[in-house]
This record gives sequence, structure tokens and C-alpha cells, in this order.
Amino acid sequence: MTAADNCLKTEFAGVPFKNPVVLASGTCGFGREYNEIFDIQLLGGISSKGLTSSPRSGNEGIRVWETAGGIMNSVGLENPGVRGFIEKELDWLNGLDLVNIVNLSGHSMEDYIGGAELLNGVRLDILELNISCPNVKAGGMAFGVKTDVAREVVRRIRAVCKHKLMVKLSPNAEDIVALARACEDEGADGVSLVNTFLAMAIDVEKRRSVFENTYAGLSGPAIKPIALRMVHQVAKAVHIPVMGIGGITTWRDAVEFIMAGASAVQIGTGNFIDPALALDVIAGIESYLDARGIKNIAEIRGCVE
Amino acid sequence: MSKIISNERLSRDFFRMRVECSNEARMGQFYMLRAWRQYPVLSRPISVFDSDGGTVSFLYKVVGRGTEIFSGLKAEDDITLLGPLGSAFPEVSGKIALVAGGAGIAPFYLATKQLKAKQLEAYPGCQVDLYLGFSDRPLLTDDYRKTADNVTVNVGGFITDEIDPAGYDHIFACGPEAMMRALYEKCKESGAAGKVYVSLENRMACGVGACLVCSCRTSGGNKKVCKDGPVFKGEAVFEL
Repeated sequence: MTAADNCLKTEFAGVPFKNPVVLASGTCGFGREYNEIFDIQLLGGISSKGLTSSPRSGNEGIRVWETAGGIMNSVGLENPGVRGFIEKELDWLNGLDLVNIVNLSGHSMEDYIGGAELLNGVRLDILELNISCPNVKAGGMAFGVKTDVAREVVRRIRAVCKHKLMVKLSPNAEDIVALARACEDEGADGVSLVNTFLAMAIDVEKRRSVFENTYAGLSGPAIKPIALRMVHQVAKAVHIPVMGIGGITTWRDAVEFIMAGASAVQIGTGNFIDPALALDVIAGIESYLDARGIKNIAEIRGCVE
Repeated sequence: MSKIISNERLSRDFFRMRVECSNEARMGQFYMLRAWRQYPVLSRPISVFDSDGGTVSFLYKVVGRGTEIFSGLKAEDDITLLGPLGSAFPEVSGKIALVAGGAGIAPFYLATKQLKAKQLEAYPGCQVDLYLGFSDRPLLTDDYRKTADNVTVNVGGFITDEIDPAGYDHIFACGPEAMMRALYEKCKESGAAGKVYVSLENRMACGVGACLVCSCRTSGGNKKVCKDGPVFKGEAVFEL
């Protein structure tokens, strides 16, 4: 291992990462497609497509819409279900040298608990509890807006989940700082933020929403400044580690999130700009640290008051 | 980054861009194209018009911001290509009809070339007929006449009216969904539904099968237009 590798090494809730860059849930499937383009073991980790206890075929109609500096998506958690994931994807992911984060969503409390119980029997590194998906009619974000509701779901999942638990927060939360504190109180090992912003586009010819589900989730560079502010606020308020997400497309963006207090970052929409963008981000962070004689990213983490 | 060799305007909305590229594409495949760093966020999926191992050509219609940027590019400009991506039309032999509407003519230049090249080796005397439908002005018909055995052009009507499915072993379609559906139904009436392959179009983000924004419903469950397609059996798409 070189000195450069060491400067990127980090840890999140006790899980070692070779570097702090993770592909965000929903943008990278289960890693196979990007692995045809580059060796995904160069990444710190990947977060799987959001799973539900049963398979889902996702939303009808238009699922992606470009905006100024971003995109909206309305995929609606199309996924093979926890069992399908365990059968077809998990062994492959566990065979790779990277942190395997499994994203779990649900449409009801029972659904979340059922999914978490199914995942108890298998090996994974971190369970990312998605209480912030805006694209399903019931559940998803409904659990991530009100602090008391989020507290309840985290408490009940914590009671059954044997894995490291990271809760993925919604920027649509009524008070994201209070909600993050509630996650910490209930035993979450970390939080990741932010998921997409609830958003909308209207087809003026048809006089209706572009999306069958009326609203969709906005992501990309357009949301970065707000996501950064939220990461800064949450990182100051909790003692558990924070994974920063929201419009990262350059190493500079990633360093901003780390300086705001993130222990690691996730890249989502940026993967669509360039499927190997994460590698540029990793190399850029490394050069930034090297050039300034910074021995490890921990030295700059949360340095901005 | 790849170098643009030429980018010519063919009509008011249509352009043909030729780019240096050593990857050889198969008929029906596409590339994700990008001629800007960050905005628009998404690259644009454009189907391959021609590919010879040293260059790749794209026939595209200006429909929005991305294709508008493409239309302003000149020789020597750089463009980023990701591909070739997706499934291809099957390499079949016999009597083959290629039926296209509007911008859907794009993949059938390479398709005719590749089908003919293969057939000349193995099945001399076989036939590739093109049916090209346009709403107003025909496009590139002279180019298509050089490669296909027969070219039938329809302007302003329904290209599906021109074809007798019973006369063909295989029928490939690319164009508006309504046109492809009408063709499929016509083939089905004459017991030829199984002969039909269609090329689907959808909004895409990753282009490689990871993000599921381009999923389509098929008789075999959800499929990714970018990775499992864009070419599907007509029965898989229209018999749900």
C-alpha cells in the first residue's frame, strides 16, 4: 500500500474503506454494469439498488426528466426483491474488495421489518435504510418526513437488524437535524444524506404532470449547495458518521462535503455524466491531499465551522 | 474523446455526423453521445447509421437541447462516445424486410450492409428490401438504394400499407411506436407475428443497464431498453 492509498483510507461506523467514494443507490444497479467499464474494486464501496421485501416492477410512464443542472427520476424502486438479490447478486458483491452497502426500502413497517429480517441471515457490510424514496405511493419518503415516524421505524429496525445500520435521510424531512438526532438516539450507526428532493414538471400541451406519480425526485448539481448545507448541519449535530450525497460531480465537490463533516461521500447522478466519474473524484481528492501534505482525509473532515 | 470528421445537415432537422472510432458496431446498436462537460446532465443515445471499424456515423434529428448542440459541431471538434451499446438485430438470412419511419431509418443503413455482406457469403440470391416512410421529405434514399435490393418510399402516408408480410422470412422495424405496432398487427393477421423484430426508443440516463429509467414491460417481465434492447422480438413487446 502506498502513502497515497493511506491518505484516502477511512472508516465509517467501524467499517474500513480504502477510499471515501461510494456509488449511490439506484444509479449503479448491483455494480455489474459499471464493472464492465472499470474495475469497481477501485471504489470505496457501492450502495445497491433499493430493495423491498417483494419484487417491484416500478412506475409506469416517463421515469427520467432533465432539468437545469439536474434530473428528476421516477423509477419507483424497480427491484428483484430481497430474496432475488440474495440469490443472484449478493455472493458476487461479497466476492469483491469493496464495501458492500445494501439499500433497503419498504412500503409499510412490516415490509421494512420483513426485509431487514431476511437480510439478517446474510453477509453484508452496511445496511442503508432508505426512508426517503419519494417515488412510491405508500411508504418510502412517508417514513422520512416526520421525526416521530422516522424514530419509530429506526427503533423497530434496530431491534431486529444485526448489521451496521445507516439511515438514508430525505431532504424533504420537516427538520432534518432533529430527524438525524432521532436516528442516533435509536441506535443508528450512521446516516447518509440526502436522497432526492420532491419535485415536479408539467407537460403544458397535455396539461398534466410529466410523471404518472405526479411528483418525482430531483438530483444532480442543482441540489448540491442545499445538500452540502444539510450535511454540515447534521454533522455538527450528531456523533455518528455522516455519508454525504447530493450532486457531487467533481473532486472539489467531494472535498467540500468532507470539509462539511462527511466521513464518506456517494456519487449518484454524476455516474450518468461519465460512468467512471468516481475514479476521477478519487484521484482528484488524492492529488488535493498530496499537494498540501495532508496525511489523511480525517485531517480535513468537518474543518469548516 | 473522439474527433468529428464531418457533421452535415441533410434537411431542416436531420444531420449526419461521422466520428473517428475504432469500435465496430452491429446493426441496431447505439452510442451515448456527449459534446459538453456537465450540462445538459445526460448524454444522448443515438443509433448507429454506419460503422466500418475506423469511423462511426450517426443520423440524428434535432429534437431538444442535446441534439441542438450536436448540430452546431464541426469537423475536428471533440465528442465523447460511450459504446457501442445494446442489443443488435439478429443476423438472419432469407427474404428480409426493413421497415422504418422518420428517424427510424437510421439503423437500417448498417443493417442492410451487414445483412447483405453475410448473405453474399452464405446465401447468394437472398434479398433485403427497405420500406422507408417519411412525413414530408424523403431522406438519403439514394444512399439506401445503393445497398438494398429494393427500396419503397412513402411520403405522408403509412409505410405499413406498402408491405406484404407474407413475402418475407424476417421483418425488422424501427420508428414511431404506433407504426411498429400497426406493422406488428398486420404481420400477426397473416400469421407472421414471429417474424417481427422492433427497435424501441426510451429516455435513458446511464445507457448501460444500471439505472432502470428506460425499463419497458415485455412478456418476459421488465427489460432494459438500453441493455436488453433496443432490439426486441415484436411478440415480447406487443403481446402483454
